[in-house]
Amino acid sequence: MAEQFRTCPTTGLKVHLPAEALIKVNAVAAVVCLLVGGIAALLVLLTRWPAIHLLNEEWFYRLLTAHALDMLIAWIIFFEVAGLYFGSTVLLNNRLPAPKVGWVAFILMVVGGALINFSVLAGRATVAFTSYVPLMAKPEYYLGIILFAVGALTAVLHFFAALVVAKKEKTYEGSLPIVTFGLMCAATIAVFTLLHGAAFYIPTFLWSAGILPHIDPMMYRLAFWALGHASQQINVCAMVAMWYLIATLTTGAKPLNEKLCRTAFLLYVLFINVASEHHLLTDPALSIWHKIANTGYVMHLAVLASMIHAFAIPAMIEVAQRKKGFTKGWFEWLKKAPWGNPAFASMFISLIGFGFVGGITGVTFGNMQISMIRHNTWSITGHFHGTVVLGTTLAFMGITYYIVPLIFRRQIFSETMAKLSPYFFGGGVFLFSNAMMFAGGYGIPRRHWDVTFAGASIPFQFDPTAFFFIALTGLGGLLAIIGGALYVLNTVASVFIGKKIK
Amino acid sequence: MSISVERIWWRPLDREEKIWVTIALIWCLGTFFMMPVWHVIAKQNTPNESYKVSVDDFEKLVTAFNEKYKVGVDENSGLPIVHPPVGSDVYLAGTGIWQWSSILELEVGKQYRLHLSSIKGGGAEAWQHGFSIVSSKFNANLMMIPGYDNVLTVTPTEAGEYGLICNEFCGIGHHLMAGKIIVKG
Repeated sequence: MAEQFRTCPTTGLKVHLPAEALIKVNAVAAVVCLLVGGIAALLVLLTRWPAIHLLNEEWFYRLLTAHALDMLIAWIIFFEVAGLYFGSTVLLNNRLPAPKVGWVAFILMVVGGALINFSVLAGRATVAFTSYVPLMAKPEYYLGIILFAVGALTAVLHFFAALVVAKKEKTYEGSLPIVTFGLMCAATIAVFTLLHGAAFYIPTFLWSAGILPHIDPMMYRLAFWALGHASQQINVCAMVAMWYLIATLTTGAKPLNEKLCRTAFLLYVLFINVASEHHLLTDPALSIWHKIANTGYVMHLAVLASMIHAFAIPAMIEVAQRKKGFTKGWFEWLKKAPWGNPAFASMFISLIGFGFVGGITGVTFGNMQISMIRHNTWSITGHFHGTVVLGTTLAFMGITYYIVPLIFRRQIFSETMAKLSPYFFGGGVFLFSNAMMFAGGYGIPRRHWDVTFAGASIPFQFDPTAFFFIALTGLGGLLAIIGGALYVLNTVASVFIGKKIK
Repeated sequence: MSISVERIWWRPLDREEKIWVTIALIWCLGTFFMMPVWHVIAKQNTPNESYKVSVDDFEKLVTAFNEKYKVGVDENSGLPIVHPPVGSDVYLAGTGIWQWSSILELEVGKQYRLHLSSIKGGGAEAWQHGFSIVSSKFNANLMMIPGYDNVLTVTPTEAGEYGLICNEFCGIGHHLMAGKIIVKG
């Protein structure tokens, strides 16, 4: 089996070649999905900007659906699968127990993703991301999602199998590294999340195929958000794991207290999945006290977890920096941090953005009375772009600058592009999300082709101030797309024509 | 090189860590307790009354309500303008052809029970709609789910015309769903 490994010259880590191949294909698939989703994002953005209003309504709703699925499902999950293989093999000097299973999972995900995109772009599934019944897509749309989810679940179980092998073969000493530990927490959440997904996507598929006569809309909403909300916590967990990894790689920092950091990860696993009724606060059928118990109670222990990471990561960076001699005043350590390193910049902007833009607004809008004001407005869209775009996506972009040299063994094509990308992307999404939330405060709805209501038979107008914030959203979005394009171009160029590293 | 992590689970938290976790925990407990507390002391709450009702039955209720209290017709949209008696049950739905079931006329300072749901109204299906009332001063949003009656007890406090839009994606006509509620002084 020795020939199946190579030793990384930079880190001295043992890399299992079949695992490396799987990390590569999943990472490439992720970036391709980011490209497709990004093009959809640009077209959607230019349509929601009333001054441009690019697409017609049919294509707008199609591309909006495609944007959400390619980004939130395909880009993020492909990348996470690559991360899971990385965390369970390279970081542990370990082998992937069944590479063939890894390929089956990958193929299932690619076929599923292709089916979804075909169905949506052909206009057979203009149902938005949530596909709230009785909006009905053609059966292949639900089948695509099911195949993708089965593939993802297979990869997650494979990850657990790799952990068992590493433990048995004693490839590492002591406890799991915190990055792998964080990924393990993400994978645990992924298992019950994907099972929730099966609980309603399978019946909905049968309903679309004409086998089941009826799906109850409230039952659908309840089950959907058990997937839809909890799955975002996979992203949170994976993102935080990447923060720890990047902090260590860029500044040599180590967690000050592993007990604290790991307890925080466990709090995510135990408590964050219950907050799914945030999405249902203005719905009928569930009582007030049911909603309060679900969204108010233990969810805050998961908020506590984020507060702990928000402390622990800057603290470990500070200690590492001070050890290097950056001890002047309170903030020299931060001022002299490696801001020119795109991975560090991505990580830190992601950390600040996730906390202050995505996290705080999430907790706030999850309050029942505020939810009544913000529900289904653009504020919600602003909130989750703060979490999954400014937070998760930017963190994943950051780690790419290490994956390309370490796994693809190619130099980054352009250092300038790499340096600029996180600032354009982070700054852009920061402006975009905040402007969107202000616009939502005026009642601007999400998922809406024409907020001027030009064709409506009853005239309706928003406060003109809202349109100022819509224009700001457009500007922020364009900046983010420039940053995203720099990232995609640079990554693709690095992988295909970057200088080889021996 | 092999990666190993020292087993340091027994190491106690440092002072700074203890302070931070305590502050964070207190803040979390605060926001947690405010959820039920707001529900008791706040003046505007989400409805806590809802019923299961078949889409067809709710459509009958809406039609009967519209016919009984109709005071006029909006010229452009053809929607009935409906003025229900003070304190009565008011039925409002989004329809399968992406319209509102009526333009309501309510009176300032009087309480109504507003029943919100979704009906076919001549369309293919009763979609999920979002009831979003928008004015320059405030907006409020509630879900209209087919098969469920979401009951909002409401007292308009200021006269005027309030815009009503759908903010749950309900299909290709979603962006045409503008309506209004008129509150008379």
